[in-house]
Amino acid sequence: MRRSEQKARDRVRGTAVPRATVDTAITASHLSLGVTGGDLILDDVSFRLRPGRILALVGESGSGKTTAALACMNHLRAGLELRGGTVELQEGASRFHRDAVDLLTLPEAKMRRLRGGTIAYVPQDPALSLNGSLRVGEQIAEVLRAHEFGRNAHERDDRVAEVLSEVGLPSDREYQRRFPHQLSGGQQQRIGIAMAFACRPAVIILDEPTTGLDVATQDLVLKTIYQLTTKHDVAGLYITHDLAVVARVANDVAVMLHGRIVEDGPAERLLRRPEHPYTRALLDAVPDMQGARDMGGGPAVSPVAAVRAPWDRGRAAPGQMAASASGTPAGTADDAAATTGTGHPENGAAVRERGAGGVVGTGRQDAPVVRLRDLRMAYGSAVILDGINLDLEAGQTTMLLGESGSGKTTLSRSVAGLNDGYTGDVLLDGEVLAPSTRRRSNEQRRRIQYVFQSPFSSLNPRRSIGDSLQVPLQMSGDLSREQRRAAVADALDAVRLGRSYIDRRPGELSGGERQRAAVARALVNAPSVLVCDEITSALDVSVQASVIELLRELQHERGLAMLFVTHNIALARHISHRLAVLERGTLVDYGPTDSVLRNPRHEYTRSLLRHVPTLEEAG
Amino acid sequence: MILKRLGVSVFVLLAVSLLVFVFTLMLPGDPAQAILGQQATPERLAALREQLHLNDPWYTRYLTWLGGLFTGNLGTSAATGGSVNALLASKLSASMVLLVISAVVAIPVGLLLGTWSAMRRGRASDQTLTGFSLVLAALPEFVIGVVLTTLLSTTVFKLLPSVTMAAPGMRVWDYPLQLILPSLTLILVVVPYMIRMTRTTMIDVLDSGYVEMARLKGLPERQVIFKHALPHAIGPVAQVVAMQLAWLAGGIVVVEFLFRYPGLGQAMVDAVNNRDVQVVQALSMLIAAFYVVVNLIADVIGILANPKLRTETRS
Repeated sequence: MRRSEQKARDRVRGTAVPRATVDTAITASHLSLGVTGGDLILDDVSFRLRPGRILALVGESGSGKTTAALACMNHLRAGLELRGGTVELQEGASRFHRDAVDLLTLPEAKMRRLRGGTIAYVPQDPALSLNGSLRVGEQIAEVLRAHEFGRNAHERDDRVAEVLSEVGLPSDREYQRRFPHQLSGGQQQRIGIAMAFACRPAVIILDEPTTGLDVATQDLVLKTIYQLTTKHDVAGLYITHDLAVVARVANDVAVMLHGRIVEDGPAERLLRRPEHPYTRALLDAVPDMQGARDMGGGPAVSPVAAVRAPWDRGRAAPGQMAASASGTPAGTADDAAATTGTGHPENGAAVRERGAGGVVGTGRQDAPVVRLRDLRMAYGSAVILDGINLDLEAGQTTMLLGESGSGKTTLSRSVAGLNDGYTGDVLLDGEVLAPSTRRRSNEQRRRIQYVFQSPFSSLNPRRSIGDSLQVPLQMSGDLSREQRRAAVADALDAVRLGRSYIDRRPGELSGGERQRAAVARALVNAPSVLVCDEITSALDVSVQASVIELLRELQHERGLAMLFVTHNIALARHISHRLAVLERGTLVDYGPTDSVLRNPRHEYTRSLLRHVPTLEEAG
Repeated sequence: MILKRLGVSVFVLLAVSLLVFVFTLMLPGDPAQAILGQQATPERLAALREQLHLNDPWYTRYLTWLGGLFTGNLGTSAATGGSVNALLASKLSASMVLLVISAVVAIPVGLLLGTWSAMRRGRASDQTLTGFSLVLAALPEFVIGVVLTTLLSTTVFKLLPSVTMAAPGMRVWDYPLQLILPSLTLILVVVPYMIRMTRTTMIDVLDSGYVEMARLKGLPERQVIFKHALPHAIGPVAQVVAMQLAWLAGGIVVVEFLFRYPGLGQAMVDAVNNRDVQVVQALSMLIAAFYVVVNLIADVIGILANPKLRTETRS
């Protein structure tokens, strides 16, 4: 608490040129937007953006965050219409408009002058938003030209170089002449930020600018954003679904649910003493590094589905049915969330103990189910895997951590037999497996199952869930139709979807439900090893938590050995017993999760851990 | 990248030449007989076969023919006895005139209307144009030709000549009015495809993240379209244009026949009727070369318009 006060004071004193003389840049009031002739997307949304402060707009996908942000630029995507409300740009906030003005009634020509110059936008995915056929320097320079920044071309060139160094990129000619595809993802995102800051805007809108970046790059980008907004007294609107990121950059927070703001206030207060149950659920879903908060409370519930129930009127959540089917009253979970959400230290300790107890309880002390011995793989001269030795034991989860390109997926695919180019051995119960699934026996195939990253592409949209799920049974078993259907229904129950899902198609399911169905498909013929390849990365934070919880219970019930591939350390920490860190094909750290996290031996592990954003930073 | 593409084109042309040669070899009939007629004596036939190298093994003949192609000697026409070069020269220029006129009109019209249509997506003008181009695209070229002839040179308006008058020694463009109907027919056949494909491509591009970003950067709409959107449409649209031009090379046969236009299409029909093997071979190679060159140009444009592909050539 004291530290943040200090921070706030620093911000006021800061080195910035005092430019903004107003205390508000943009006020959105009673904003309502809907699909043309259809449902409301935004329902009476109001917020205020203030110079030098960042407001985080938090919510899950589809909650209307981006729509609200783009409305601040009077930019409605095709098929949307304005139903009411105003977005007022305050007097003196822009050099183009001295007077206060409602942006939503401004003629297009005048609005265009404000876009990019006074109100700038940083897109979610720079790979899609940077123009692939223009050099990056030109993409920055054209904003300056369009808004007549500086007196002449020379001044504008200087500004391009200056803003590039402000975001920590090289500013020389050679760099400016590169095309977007010649830059890394993090560099592309910083070009996007440079583009936005180029004209020294009064307001900047950041639309999940760190999604898809690895933790180290995310850390750098967040730092850049924070520094630039405070230094230049820019009013920021930061859209995200990740509360850990909010803790890092935001001064104020507004939480959105189904197009409404359900709670707002200073970040500090909101993250420490959330009032709305939905905020509490979101906070509860954020994994933390210390493992101080158990995720989702007691066992045998899918916490978010259950917690959501009391206020989730917008959607008749099928997850809700599943939750009640699993026999836990929603209230219990709610209470559990409320107590753990506040994170009392003694409560945390108890939870930690419980977690540790679980490890001992479920871990059977027999030989490892799967052993990897000296696994190697290379494409030409590029070494992907360089002599990996790893054991997977029954009832234990091994978390495989590493940045993109470190060989995580190659390793997990080798275990599942989806990648037959490796040398070295994969042993199942002491027996060497053939590299390719095609040459493994039915029984061997049955025992190792794989869950893919994206539930949106791993389920065939033309088949019903039941059809998709019984494929593994058809392959390996000689069960009758009825027996197969019964097995599929049991599997759906086991993943808390409920057997009513059997005849639905993937299109009718949400992301979290699909991933549950994908897990059910992996479980349907009772495997002993489950390989999970970044299975939570395509899901919203709260859904991630429920999927993790599910896996933990299933492991507990069935004694599964799991290989959990991820780059989300904080999340996976909650289910993993052992942690393996992979850097460029080599295991640089390997051991019990707690000890690796406490005493990382390798510098690479330490740098990964340093960059993980956590809620604790709010204080 | 471009060099590799060029190599592929050369290879394709060689393969085509081999196919053309082998297939014409299998045609029934004897070129010597065709030249000398039914009453020729066996001695004269034998002498002519010797002279035409018909008794050599097929691969020697193929290589000689291929060598001829490279040195610009297309052989001797069986029908006229003269050189194929002389026979085709005037027809080639007549057809090229038609092709160039059609392409010069069709390409800009197709691209502009397609882009315009994409920018006005969903409005009445866009729907009218899309519907109209679908109807035109569905009509075969001879129907369009006949309708145009009826409209413009017979009963309705008597403005244009319906057939080409080409006295020997006279060039088709000496009387420009007679070029209008055949070119117009060709244009009406290819433009609808170009409009539709350009529209689809542009709609994809206009929906992209970088175009939305360009608008959010506050760039003037003109700049958004011409600087940010169009460069991305060039590659795919070049492919469509190439396909249409290549079609023109073949479609010209029907249109020339319809208007009795003395071009390559006419020459092709005559050569097939006369079993004039050398001319058929030469024409086939000409059309094949046109296809390959046009597609090559489209690929090169696509590579040049895409910095990702372009920079690959350097590294």
